[in-house]
Amino acid sequence: MHNFTNKKILNWNAYLQLQAQNCKDSRLKTFYKTGTYHDDTLLKDIEFVALDFETTGLDPKQNSIISIGLVPFTLNRIFCNQAKKWYVNPQDKLEEESVIIHGITHSDLKGAPDLRRILNQLLDELAGKIVVVHYRNIERDFLDLNLRALIDEGIIFPVIDTMQIEAEIQNKQIQGFFNWLKGKRPGSIRLGNSRLRYNLPGYQPHDALTDAIATAELLQAQVSYYYSPETPIKNIWL
Amino acid sequence: MEVELLEIQDFISQHAPFDQLPEEALADVVRSVEISYYRAETNIIDFKDDINELYMIRSGVVEIYRRNGNLYNRLDQGKLFGQMGLLTSNKVRFPAKTTKDTLLYCIPGSVFYDLCDRFESFADFVEAEDSTRLKQAVENKSDNGNALTTSKVKTLLTREPLILPSDSSIQSVAKIMAEESQSAALIKDPSIDDQEGYSFVGLITEHDLCAKVIASGLSVETPVSEVMSTELMSLDHNAYIFEAMLIMLRHNVHHLPIMKNKRPIGLIEVSDIIRYESQNSLLFVSSIFQQQSTEDLAQLSVQLKDCFVRMVNEDANSHMVGRAMSEIGRSFKQRLLELAEEQFGPPPIPYCFLALGSMARDEQLLVTDQDNGLILDNSYDEKLHGKYFEKLSHFVCDGLDACGYVYCTGEIMATNPEYRKTQTQWETCFTDWIDNPNPKALLNCNIFFDLTGVYGRVKWAEQLNAFILRRAKKNNRFLACMARNALNRKPPLGFFKDFVMENDGRHNNSINLKRRGTAPLADLIRVHALAIGSQSQNSFDRLEDIIEAGILPKSKGADLRHAMELISLVRLRHQSLDVESDIEPDNNIEPENMSDLERRNLKDAFLVLSNAQNFLKYRYTANKF
Repeated sequence: MHNFTNKKILNWNAYLQLQAQNCKDSRLKTFYKTGTYHDDTLLKDIEFVALDFETTGLDPKQNSIISIGLVPFTLNRIFCNQAKKWYVNPQDKLEEESVIIHGITHSDLKGAPDLRRILNQLLDELAGKIVVVHYRNIERDFLDLNLRALIDEGIIFPVIDTMQIEAEIQNKQIQGFFNWLKGKRPGSIRLGNSRLRYNLPGYQPHDALTDAIATAELLQAQVSYYYSPETPIKNIWL
Repeated sequence: MEVELLEIQDFISQHAPFDQLPEEALADVVRSVEISYYRAETNIIDFKDDINELYMIRSGVVEIYRRNGNLYNRLDQGKLFGQMGLLTSNKVRFPAKTTKDTLLYCIPGSVFYDLCDRFESFADFVEAEDSTRLKQAVENKSDNGNALTTSKVKTLLTREPLILPSDSSIQSVAKIMAEESQSAALIKDPSIDDQEGYSFVGLITEHDLCAKVIASGLSVETPVSEVMSTELMSLDHNAYIFEAMLIMLRHNVHHLPIMKNKRPIGLIEVSDIIRYESQNSLLFVSSIFQQQSTEDLAQLSVQLKDCFVRMVNEDANSHMVGRAMSEIGRSFKQRLLELAEEQFGPPPIPYCFLALGSMARDEQLLVTDQDNGLILDNSYDEKLHGKYFEKLSHFVCDGLDACGYVYCTGEIMATNPEYRKTQTQWETCFTDWIDNPNPKALLNCNIFFDLTGVYGRVKWAEQLNAFILRRAKKNNRFLACMARNALNRKPPLGFFKDFVMENDGRHNNSINLKRRGTAPLADLIRVHALAIGSQSQNSFDRLEDIIEAGILPKSKGADLRHAMELISLVRLRHQSLDVESDIEPDNNIEPENMSDLERRNLKDAFLVLSNAQNFLKYRYTANKF
């Protein structure tokens, strides 16, 4: 498998166009054809969509997505009236331990659609927007590998990872001799802990839509603290 | 597809006016929300911008301004703004700015108008809020801004400061201060030609003249530079009044130069602030004296809680609130006595009605019982006058009970014939307490050592106080007894998330902050005050005298002052929160309702109290002398 997480894609638009030509699934073709922003586009001109999954476990090869939450937003506004949430019928078994984490039970998933059945709607929401996640290894890898298992083709697109942004900020803040001397350690970059540093309220975690909204709020806060509406997207997308 | 926006739904449904809406209407609101993050010190909306949304604060703090830049309102979590603009011209009426990082829920105007049309409770709320705010605005205008937190120090300034050169003699400075009737002057360097005082180097006050010149017999020809204070605090003219108050309290100074563009434009004094704050309660006091019956007074007394909550919300310190509440309590007594005399005729002999305990100390808060007594003229004759004073006492005490000052469970009230004594009888009584001290007998009469006259021959109360001080001051056995009693109530060891750790390891789920905090502190301070013959009654004033007298180890006096202020403030705030949430206020606090900071601060304060109690034990032992 490709390890997209660490691979730097230099020209996302060209890459997506190439994918559009090469892929077989018509839904993916449409998605790729929509393309993405030019890499000099300013953050203030971008439509984002915050995305969060709940999964049956942490291994994208063995576990699967059971809930998807997303909310479109801009630097100024998060549009709750366009928020979406789905439960997804998993390919593997729903284990007791994961139920404890996300609180999604078998009865919630009873009658929930297969990922293939909502793929159209999901890609429709993401197409042309910049996907924002907190910890891309989950959302990116799960979608890619779950799709490979189901339709034999993966998916890849640019994302902004608020956790990566937070990690870089934290690392920057502990640089320098004095910080080393003071034994300063980077703060936690989990979603809830990161939010606290921007005085964002605490939410009940592990609901896909709540986490998506929480991620959108976090990006607004990070940009207002450390970037500007005039920052080009190429500086923070991955 | 129905999407459940859990967090947003939860939050909005908890706050007025949305808490009154039926579920479906609430769901529509929740779905319509747009969220926006603003960093601290960012403008959200500017005057005359178009406004098409209602804003609800999810977290953070927003300040609303007037057109002239004055602060109008300060809002936090759950509060709304923008409704004024939506209801009138669809233009922003009051600009809004964040003072902390803020997350806003923006609700579209169409949803807002729809709710106003469909739900009376909603319309009432947003419009009523409108009118009370207007009323507030009018009131503010009439008395030059009322709230400590929303008014700036510059509103207190009435004139330019006196600025005199540092090589002037003390006498010439004093002369000018007297001519200008100023209690302080700024001192500048004479070598710099600076009429405006940009370079002032010191401050001289009446107190300096008294303490550093007269008291030490310094020549009045000495240059003023030798006695002026040079460690200067100052404040920008745009600072809020409460900030001035905080600085004065923290640094224990009574004068503060106010600066504009690095130039001193005035001097404010503590008394300026106190005069200012008391206007709030003055209004309430003046309406007490307009009531014509006990029933009227009882009705008015309901508003006392609002008055209290307002002061707390305006960040008045406990000293101010205590003063104001005590003043109000005394006014109730005075009015009831006037009404009693109207009903029963003028008194046959002179008398003085006494307030005891917290009211005498100017430390009354919301939950309080009545402690009072009577001093009667020495010509008192039980057969002739007994009936009159009995009726009068019952009238007043019953009236106080009706006004929320419940009967004293220890029967320390004028209705008890024990506490209607002549001047001579009181003196004999105190002589007995002081000269033949017995811890058990003294246990219940602590309260008599905080005493003030509220009505009639109030001079007699002062004379009685002076009498007590003379006798108590040098009486070690008495002081030791009082000290022993002051140790009866020990503070707890510490606070955890949901319980109070007692000294013997027990866990309690709540703590009475009066019984375990402010009361033992007041007890302890009283013992020191009696020992040095302080004439003050208020604990903070007594502490000043005690510090001056130098009987405490260095800095312990200031620690005690902070501890007293902190515990009182927590008590104030929790009583105020109770009132605001329609709970009967009391002195009990559950640690789970405290913030981490409060728990930590209280723990520190209790440690100060505990150490001070140990010191008291060691200092006042009967056989030490």
